[in-house]
Amino acid sequence: MNLEVSLGKLKLKNPVMTASGTFGYGEEYAEFVDLNRLGAVVVKGLSLLPKEGNPTPRIVETSSGMLNAIGLQNIGIERFIREKIPFLMQFNTPVIVNFFGDTREEYILAAEQLSCVDGIHGLEMNISCPNKQAGWSIFGTDPKVTHDVVSSVRKKTDLTLIVKLSPNVTDIALMAKAAEDAGADALSLINTITGMAIDIQTRKPKLANIRGGLSGPAIKPIAVRMVYEVKQAVKIPVVGLGGIMNADDAVEFMIAGATAVAVGTANFINPMATIEILDGLAAYMKLHEIENIASLTGTMHAPGEAGCA
Amino acid sequence: MSRYFTSRVKENIPLNSDHNLLTLSLPDGAEEPLPGQFYMIEVNRGNDPLLKRAFSLFRRTSDGFQLLYRIKGRGTSLLREMKKESTLEVLGPLGCHYPVPSKEQVPFVIAGGIGIASVFPFLHAQKGRALVFYGARSGGEIFMLDELRAMSSEVYISTDDGSRGTKGNIVDLLDRYFADKKMDISRYVLYACGPHPMLKAVSRVAASRRITAYISMEEYMACGLGACLGCVVKTKTGYKRVCKEGPVFNSAEIEW
Repeated sequence: MNLEVSLGKLKLKNPVMTASGTFGYGEEYAEFVDLNRLGAVVVKGLSLLPKEGNPTPRIVETSSGMLNAIGLQNIGIERFIREKIPFLMQFNTPVIVNFFGDTREEYILAAEQLSCVDGIHGLEMNISCPNKQAGWSIFGTDPKVTHDVVSSVRKKTDLTLIVKLSPNVTDIALMAKAAEDAGADALSLINTITGMAIDIQTRKPKLANIRGGLSGPAIKPIAVRMVYEVKQAVKIPVVGLGGIMNADDAVEFMIAGATAVAVGTANFINPMATIEILDGLAAYMKLHEIENIASLTGTMHAPGEAGCA
Repeated sequence: MSRYFTSRVKENIPLNSDHNLLTLSLPDGAEEPLPGQFYMIEVNRGNDPLLKRAFSLFRRTSDGFQLLYRIKGRGTSLLREMKKESTLEVLGPLGCHYPVPSKEQVPFVIAGGIGIASVFPFLHAQKGRALVFYGARSGGEIFMLDELRAMSSEVYISTDDGSRGTKGNIVDLLDRYFADKKMDISRYVLYACGPHPMLKAVSRVAASRRITAYISMEEYMACGLGACLGCVVKTKTGYKRVCKEGPVFNSAEIEW
């Protein structure tokens, strides 16, 4: 049985990755998960300088999901390299660093700094952040801006570059195409969906930031649909994420078109979720006599077409 | 032995209309919980509600542990329905514990409402040395009073409605206690758990009397492991995680 998949230059032992922001810097979960078993570890999003994050409340539970407005709190690239990389280097699992910036220049500088460090194997570019230079509009909601920032970063790094797409757009395939044309090696989707919740007794927003990002099983059907649409539009591999709680969910994403999957909110509920999903994938392959997991990607049967037994 | 394990409900007894005492089994070799630490508890199977709920350790029993909890929302309502012998997933013990006072120090425990759950194992460990100030909305929400008396050198009670103990606020009672005794209080250390305004008041008392207060804080929490960064409190040196650096903080650290 072969669980290996490829994302750009990266060969993954298996398709199970962690979603940025839900697995800390890896060490938080090392007590529960043998990091050697994971396809890749995607760490909490980093910026050039440390970021304090938003006031509280930062999270609120909603129906089958949660809203978060952490505000991209992180220790900054320099401290990450000094304090967290040595720990991650003990494992023979690719480390993918999620990063973001407030301006195009910050993205470029961040990518440059992250690209000359041992122990970082890939970059995931978060383009769901506001662009300080363009009236705080989101980098990832305008295909021209997306193309511009991704191609600028592409010129500065030889690492596998994954662009993480925002679902808060009308046509995600358009954004995917822009990122592919700009030189992305792979795409990951979806990031959280913007939402909000209000306390009806106090009439105050439940998050201090008012808006937050919705994650968890509540968003899974939207994520599956977007992975399907994106896969129709691009040739590069897609990492599917959004509400994956178990192996069945992971398989669904792969059938829709994902080459790999990332487990996010599920880590908060079950710290061993990634490993259970990996074991479940192997069980699914055995049951369906699948030799190569890569052969599962994008195999949805059209309605009317004969399906699998 | 992993800190993530399956536990069996041994008992889940209502104490009044909105408080329960839950006894859970602890597997052999499970990490020993310390006073002030907490557990994340599964309240249902399925995705709604999604997250585990955080509860302070109330008591370690011979073969398990207890949680004293208030039914406040959907999660705790579901937890109240948990029948004897049902199983649930547990993560813990988590977070830091109350610092152990030195022999010279005199521990003062201040509890507000369900905050009693967190300080209860600390009192137990102090073997009668500590003084207790315990406030609640009404007499019906004062729990375990006989045990508290047996575990403490002095117990002071206040309720908002005056139905038990002194009418009024527990921190005011504490402050009056300090004002009346014209003694050296530099050996006193405060240990508090309760609603945010109470902890703020305790912090003010500690600062004005130049003594140390350790307070157990609460925030909305998703993972309990320091990954989600949801449960932070603002301190003089930036945000700190309630689940990891806390829940017990020195009150002088907090940016109120």
